[in-house]
Amino acid sequence: MLEVRSLKVARRQAGQPQPRVVLDGIDCAVEAGEIVMLIGPNGAGKSTLLATMAGDLAPAAGQVRFKGKPLQDWAAGELARQRAVLPQRAGLSLPFTVDEVVHLGCLARAESRRQLGDIVRAALETAGVSHLAQRSMPALSGGEQARVHLARVLAQIWPAGTGDDAGGKLLLLDEPCASLDPHHQHSVCTAIREFAHRTGAAVIVTMHDMNLAAQYADRIVALWEGKLIADGTPQAVLTREFVRRCFAVDAAHWQAGEDFLVATRPLPEHA
Amino acid sequence: MSVSAGAASPAASAWARVRAGRMPAAPLFAALAALLAILVVVAAGRGAYPISASNVVAILLHKAGLAQGGFEPQQMGVLWTIRLPRVVLGVGVGALLGMAGATLQGLFRNPLADPGLIGVSSGAALTVALTIVFGNLWWPDLSRMLGLALLPVAAFTGGVLTTLLVYRIGRTSFGVSVAAMLLAGIAMNAIALALIGLASYMATDEQLRNLTFWNLGSLAPATWPVVAVVFAVGAVALAGMWRLRGGLNAMALGESEARHLGVAVERLKALAIVFSALAVGMAVAFCGIIGFLGLVAPHCIRLMAGPDARVVLPGAALLGAALTVGADLVARTAIAPAEMPIGVLTALIGAPFFLFLLLRAKGRMFEG
Repeated sequence: MLEVRSLKVARRQAGQPQPRVVLDGIDCAVEAGEIVMLIGPNGAGKSTLLATMAGDLAPAAGQVRFKGKPLQDWAAGELARQRAVLPQRAGLSLPFTVDEVVHLGCLARAESRRQLGDIVRAALETAGVSHLAQRSMPALSGGEQARVHLARVLAQIWPAGTGDDAGGKLLLLDEPCASLDPHHQHSVCTAIREFAHRTGAAVIVTMHDMNLAAQYADRIVALWEGKLIADGTPQAVLTREFVRRCFAVDAAHWQAGEDFLVATRPLPEHA
Repeated sequence: MSVSAGAASPAASAWARVRAGRMPAAPLFAALAALLAILVVVAAGRGAYPISASNVVAILLHKAGLAQGGFEPQQMGVLWTIRLPRVVLGVGVGALLGMAGATLQGLFRNPLADPGLIGVSSGAALTVALTIVFGNLWWPDLSRMLGLALLPVAAFTGGVLTTLLVYRIGRTSFGVSVAAMLLAGIAMNAIALALIGLASYMATDEQLRNLTFWNLGSLAPATWPVVAVVFAVGAVALAGMWRLRGGLNAMALGESEARHLGVAVERLKALAIVFSALAVGMAVAFCGIIGFLGLVAPHCIRLMAGPDARVVLPGAALLGAALTVGADLVARTAIAPAEMPIGVLTALIGAPFFLFLLLRAKGRMFEG
């Protein structure tokens, strides 16, 4: 559904005459119903890759194609009905209520007010913020706001009814769990998994928490210094040896029923 | 995963929304329209030659062909040729300034933007001043050709250029910085004031009289042809701004978020600049600088009904119209037989209001 081909991205930096290459030679593809998590140490290029997939950054070389069509050829409204993007930090310059913010997500949708109301309610429920619906956004904690913005992007591509399924829809999330406590990290990840598996939407998530990636990703794509260094199931990618090389920490694994867990600690000196 | 709010009755949840500062749009608009209608009738009656409210209504009905008589013919003369054009011009100019303020605030992603504060009005006034003083000298053919449209065209040009400039200066990757925007506005105001001063130094006595009121603002030049131009062009500006409501709402989330929601952001910004400059230019061309309306009107609507542009844009137009008609009424009756410039009055009320908003926003001033 989303294809990235020999992608190269350069970013201009203050005081530097030449743009610095931050991603190089990235090839990957994401299919419907799949949750792909992008992992890697700070500065590896996770957010840059997501922003390029979202069309916020233009590649220096290579291409991003959505449903076979280059991203820049999509009309803004058509793309908005098929794909939603959650930024790492969403600002809000006016004191909208939670309900109003989630309705903003439906801007490109053509349904009636009633149907939109149902969609917004379902999205609020899935993100676990129904009880905040009439609250003003500025009055909420950072974690609550993050979940409201998740509800907003879910509402944007929520299946319209029995005829429509979210198959062919795409959700891009930049660190959706970064400002959340452990309980809400898991509830957000569960919501994302539920949404993807029930509706057949493809989800791409940047995630710095390896344990969450191990539990909720169908596939993990690892970046290191702007290169794609691994692409596979959590069990296949997150080996002790790999985690040591990529993140410079020691990892311990634990299989609890269905769940694959990863815990980390510092490497022993001179290991 | 979540605690449900429970099934509240529709009436109870509607009341909860009102208490949370979300007055429903229809009653709000009805109340504002009623307030405006009352102010129009009162303002049309008050002055050196008083006409009772019932006679004002009788004359209006007579003019509309709905009723006959019930007033003195002289009253009709005064009302129709002197009072009414002025009051109706106030309605038009107020609506334009109110909605332009709301649009600029959406564009700048900042509730403190105001056409007067950020220099759009003085930019427009500068081109008008230059046209008044040098127009016949430099472009005599153009002046003759454009006629009554000359000053609006000049004001619009100045307004667009200033908005673009302030937007470019104030913009950062996180949105428009309040500090940079206000400082750019100060600079624009200072430049415009200096150049208007220079122009007035070179002006003839008659030109000087025309110029003086631009710095202060007045509805005195109202005639029916002026009203017709303001309403014809103003209608285009108001309709244009109203069409941007969805995009302006999305802009509250940020530029790239608005793009992800399907808004053609560059087009939205261009249209917002053009239509708000058209609105401000129309007001400035005929009435000079009437400050703070564009700040006060949208803000009051937001306090009552929330920040949704679908409510704020028309609400700010209605309230802006009512405030302008009311302010002009005070301006021309408070120190009768002399007349106060309306711009002085709106600044006296609006500037402290702005300071109050600034104090509240101070903590967030330097975030981006």
